[in-house]
Amino acid sequence: MKMVQAIIRPERLDPVKKALEENGFVAMSIIDVKGRGEQKGITLEYRGKKVEVDTLPKVKLELVVKDEDVTRLISIIKANARTGKFGDGKIFVLPVEMMARVRTDEVWK
Amino acid sequence: MTISSGDTAWLLASTALVMIMTPGVGFFYGGLVRRKNLVSMITLSLVAFALVSVQWVLFGYSIAFGPDINYIIGGLNYLGLNGIGQGEATIAGVTLTVPALAYTVFQLVFATVTLAILTSVFAERVKLSSFIIFGLLWTTLVYDPLAHWVWGGGWLANVGTLLGQSGGALDFAGGTVVHISSGFSALAIALVIRKRIGFGKDLMEPSNIPLALLGATLLWFGWFGFNAGSAIAANGLAASAFVVTNTAAAAAGLTWMLLSWKDGRPASLGFASGALAGLVAITPASGFVDPLAAIIIGAVASMVCYYSMLFRIKKGLDESCDCWSIHGMGGVWGALATGIFATTAVNGYSGLLYGNPSQFIYQAIAVCASIAYAFVVTFVLVKILDSTIGMTVKEEEEYVGLDISQHGERAYS
Repeated sequence: MKMVQAIIRPERLDPVKKALEENGFVAMSIIDVKGRGEQKGITLEYRGKKVEVDTLPKVKLELVVKDEDVTRLISIIKANARTGKFGDGKIFVLPVEMMARVRTDEVWK
Repeated sequence: MTISSGDTAWLLASTALVMIMTPGVGFFYGGLVRRKNLVSMITLSLVAFALVSVQWVLFGYSIAFGPDINYIIGGLNYLGLNGIGQGEATIAGVTLTVPALAYTVFQLVFATVTLAILTSVFAERVKLSSFIIFGLLWTTLVYDPLAHWVWGGGWLANVGTLLGQSGGALDFAGGTVVHISSGFSALAIALVIRKRIGFGKDLMEPSNIPLALLGATLLWFGWFGFNAGSAIAANGLAASAFVVTNTAAAAAGLTWMLLSWKDGRPASLGFASGALAGLVAITPASGFVDPLAAIIIGAVASMVCYYSMLFRIKKGLDESCDCWSIHGMGGVWGALATGIFATTAVNGYSGLLYGNPSQFIYQAIAVCASIAYAFVVTFVLVKILDSTIGMTVKEEEEYVGLDISQHGERAYS
């Protein structure tokens, strides 16, 4: 099992979510986050004065999926979150040791 | 005629009621835009209030209510409120029972809320500096002349007489001057300036629905001063206007809710939009119709405005706080409804239903004239400003939001 964490633009959340659902990836957590990438946010020049917008709002999706689904999942997220501009986000894949359902005694390793 | 303390007290109270409508518009629109533009949206209304307050004192009032020149414009005799004092006001030949200064400031708050209504189309993408320049020019070139035509003794108020009959277009509290002018100007602006980035593609959810509902509530509250204050007296006509205003708003709020229920769910914002549509439509008619007519005017207003909004969405027009569909189209219906439902029992004027078709024709002339004037002048004005100073912010400024890029502030820390 792997956990896929995708940090994307908030305004792309809906299309990504919809595409994931259509491809059978329904369960997920969505977290509001703020952050910056290598561009260090955005610097605006406003009437001669610099306005630093150091961190920008993003959303983070977390999905736990089978190893063989990871590549497909990543390509769906990329296809729907991409605008081609800086700030489109990053995707991380983490190993998952175990998963347990709270309602029942089911456990996946 | 001497000054009446009762009339003056009511007019001053009404002025204060109408004042709260301007920030009310800000809170209404502010709740409708994304959270990164909430401060910007409220600020636009507050800036509109201050900007027009100064403009009105310096020359706006004079252009609108100065001595009539050929039914077109007011003379510059009252620059800086020169000659406007504590004695009775004489407006378009009629002497009122309130101080001229009280009438001036009552009209001032009408002018401020009109510019605030128009900020709908500037949501989330227009530079504050450009808005200030635009607002000053728009109020001077569009609002002030229209106010003169309707209330200052201009040609629309006398259109019947000019056509060799008698009377003219009726507009009790500003259907043409306030709502048609702002609504159709918003339409003109939406056709000139660029859409918001991601419009029609990205989800643009309202930042704070309770805040929008609070704004709508402040508008409804202030509207009592708007319409009942327009009697310029504490009398039976003011009471009548008060009752029809509330009745139309209630009928319209419920109607919109039912329409949106049919198409999905009865959203609170739908109810609020409906109530506003009803308030807009009853505005020109509020001094001329009875409560049963107000129910019809309100209910039909919601249908007209609701389907105008669906049309706006279908056409992909980025006028997302719906100034055009609610104020513009609601104003058109209200002005025409005045010509249909006016009854002599209320204020001595009768409309189509009471055997006076000419009144309906005068109203139709006023509707066409105000649409054409507001649309054309605004279109040209914005075209010029957009190609010179530029109306909209840069893409990255829009992306981080106008709160940060224009004000260096955030709505929520």
